Amino acid sequence: MTDVEKRSDRSPVPQDWTYAPAPESTEIVELRERYGLYVGGEWLDAKERYTTLSPRDESPLAEVAQASEADVRNAVAAAHDAFGTWSTIAGSERSKYLFRIARILAERAREFAVLESLNGGKPIKESRDVDVPLAAAHFFYYAGWADKLEYAFPNRTPKALGVAGQIIPWNFPLLMLAWKIAPALAAGNTVVLKPAETTPLTALLFCDVLRQAELPAGVVNIITGDGSTGAALVDSEVDKIAFTGSTEVGKAIQRRLAGTDKRLTLELGGKAANIVFDDCALDQAVEGIINGIYFNQGHVCCAGSRLFVQESIYEPLVEKLKKRMATLRVGDPLDKNTDVGAINSREQLDRIEELVAAGKDEGAEMYQAPCRLPERGYWFAPTIFTNVAQSYRIAQEEIFGPVLSVLTFRTPDEAIEKANNTPYGLSAGVWTEKGSRILWMAERLRAGVVWANTFNRFDPASPFGGYKESGFGREGGLHGMEPYLELTA
Amino acid sequence: MAQAPALPRGFELPLEPRLPRIGSIDQVAVEARAGELAKRSIKKDAKVWALELALRCCDLTTLEGQDTPGKVAALCSKAIRPDPGDPRIPSVAAVCVYPNLIPAAKERLAGSGVKIASVATAFPSGQSPLDVKLRDVEDALALGADEIDMVIDRGAFLSGRYAKVFDEIVKVKEACGGAHLKVILEVSELGTYDNVRRASLLAMAAGADFIKTSTGKLPGAATLPVQLVMLEAIRDVYDETGRRVGMKAAGGIRTSKNAIQYLVQVHETLGPDWLTPDLYRIGASSLVNDILMQLRKERTGAYQSKDYFTND
Repeated sequence: MTDVEKRSDRSPVPQDWTYAPAPESTEIVELRERYGLYVGGEWLDAKERYTTLSPRDESPLAEVAQASEADVRNAVAAAHDAFGTWSTIAGSERSKYLFRIARILAERAREFAVLESLNGGKPIKESRDVDVPLAAAHFFYYAGWADKLEYAFPNRTPKALGVAGQIIPWNFPLLMLAWKIAPALAAGNTVVLKPAETTPLTALLFCDVLRQAELPAGVVNIITGDGSTGAALVDSEVDKIAFTGSTEVGKAIQRRLAGTDKRLTLELGGKAANIVFDDCALDQAVEGIINGIYFNQGHVCCAGSRLFVQESIYEPLVEKLKKRMATLRVGDPLDKNTDVGAINSREQLDRIEELVAAGKDEGAEMYQAPCRLPERGYWFAPTIFTNVAQSYRIAQEEIFGPVLSVLTFRTPDEAIEKANNTPYGLSAGVWTEKGSRILWMAERLRAGVVWANTFNRFDPASPFGGYKESGFGREGGLHGMEPYLELTA
Repeated sequence: MAQAPALPRGFELPLEPRLPRIGSIDQVAVEARAGELAKRSIKKDAKVWALELALRCCDLTTLEGQDTPGKVAALCSKAIRPDPGDPRIPSVAAVCVYPNLIPAAKERLAGSGVKIASVATAFPSGQSPLDVKLRDVEDALALGADEIDMVIDRGAFLSGRYAKVFDEIVKVKEACGGAHLKVILEVSELGTYDNVRRASLLAMAAGADFIKTSTGKLPGAATLPVQLVMLEAIRDVYDETGRRVGMKAAGGIRTSKNAIQYLVQVHETLGPDWLTPDLYRIGASSLVNDILMQLRKERTGAYQSKDYFTND
């Protein structure tokens, strides 16, 4: 046999292509053993602490402070002290600081992305491509408004409110921080912010950015702790509360603030309808459904958790959906190829499991993506329920996890009726190739955001917020400045 | 010409869903999805595996007016043994040449297992009468081609004469007999993803064994979103009929990184069954040396200059 002939025996093509692990290195993040409270530009000690974990393997990451009532008062006082100067310096000065923060965030993007995935469990590709760049974009956006307030609100005199108490959730820790802090600061307010109990670390790292940007002491104060810290902040001498989180807690806050002169905005839960018409671009709709419910493990208040499919394409669509689910890569949040990461906490995992069990009991049919879940940490396989009725709990209650309920409709009128038949009204999606139908639907859907042929898209210039039990007030865009301003004639 | 039906199969409103609905493609969303898949991080063993597969799937191509028997013979040697210094490197799938160069290729490839693909049907424009196109195919086969890469009549397609396009493919397929037929859509001339999907389904309904993106004569050819649209059409046909149609991406794939992105798309859209030269091809010329360079780097830990890889 000549060489050539030998080469002609083509060895069989190997069958399996397993992607080698591609973990993002955690070396870039330098965690301290323990963190205090960032008040008045200084790190203060707290009497009590708790340990914050990584949900991917339940390993402890750092000890953080549990702020007491006195700590909260202290922080609010520091914010009041800083308010006088901060609200009266030139708008262009405030915008200078905000631009600095935005740039530093962008420069340290990888560090923040890794820490966000480590502490929160979301896939690194999301924290890298969505959370951190968007957070920086919010600071850039509001930096631009800081010296243009008179033009933004013509014929009115915009005045800062004072101290804003801000309480944010664990699903987008850094992004929600940016949503809250950037407009408040641009408007001339000072801030006391409490990150969520389970995800304090990027907020604490952000204090480092504030120092780097040489933001005047007390303009931003960050205090960590559980719900009791949040409650203390609500009751403190703040001028405004901005809360993003569960509807239950939102209602409690509203009750506490009734009769006070504190302003309030609430961004609460959702049970978004994702409505798919039979003339849609089918494969792209499937991607949109997947993105709508499995983005950030479904820990998204605007997640498309109720899928309404026009009955004429129900079967092919569900078939495609199941096949697509099988290709989702569930696992280590720090692996660059991971699509679905870890559930944020034990508590949330319990809640998801409870509701999924209820769905099975009520008679819905469950399908779970075939995937091997890691043994340690908090995990839940991507799940869909078919045969779901409007009355089932899984169609009514917010699951806040990777669980989709599939329902059907026959006509556009019926789609609207079913989609609006919920106490929530944060977002909705419409999938159709017909432009006129998009507009017709958007007019009738009672939801703060309606996405057409896309889902979970955010932009700093676009306002976001809910109807009904999804809250009130808008964040993002010019609308997002209003809750932080006194607009006198 | 035989009387064409008013509409080819698959274009009528099916009473029962036999063939996939034509549907439409959302440009923004399909580009976003292709962008997402392009970010997969393929390392170490998985990378070596992919690079070797990409080589096995290559159709090493030369389609120039200046092609000569000498040039083609050299290309064929490269096809059989891409890297003479490393016996582990597999041969490519085929060489792709003009009909006149088939004898030169045949002589050099004899006994090697590397197939001869020939372009035909008035390549690259396809703007000739059908009998000329069929004669072109017959001649290529008589000269020894194993595979025929035909072009569709874009003029007919863009003026809405789908039946003409369909019938021509049917006739060419008949003329091919047992030879594999790849149908080139020339996506750069189709203008929209909707048209790419339409042409893909049309070609498959007419009997294509492979659908292929481009002639390689135009820029912006086999982009990632275009391939994704074609793969989704292939998937739909498979889901509806159980028939496996192959995919060939050609034009503009020059780097290993790029080739891996195309393979990832195939893997995550059609699954591992399509990761074989029988169902997936990359039409390329300069890609091969970049793959060789990357493979040597993976094996030795160091990059070597271009001078260490043969230009053929």
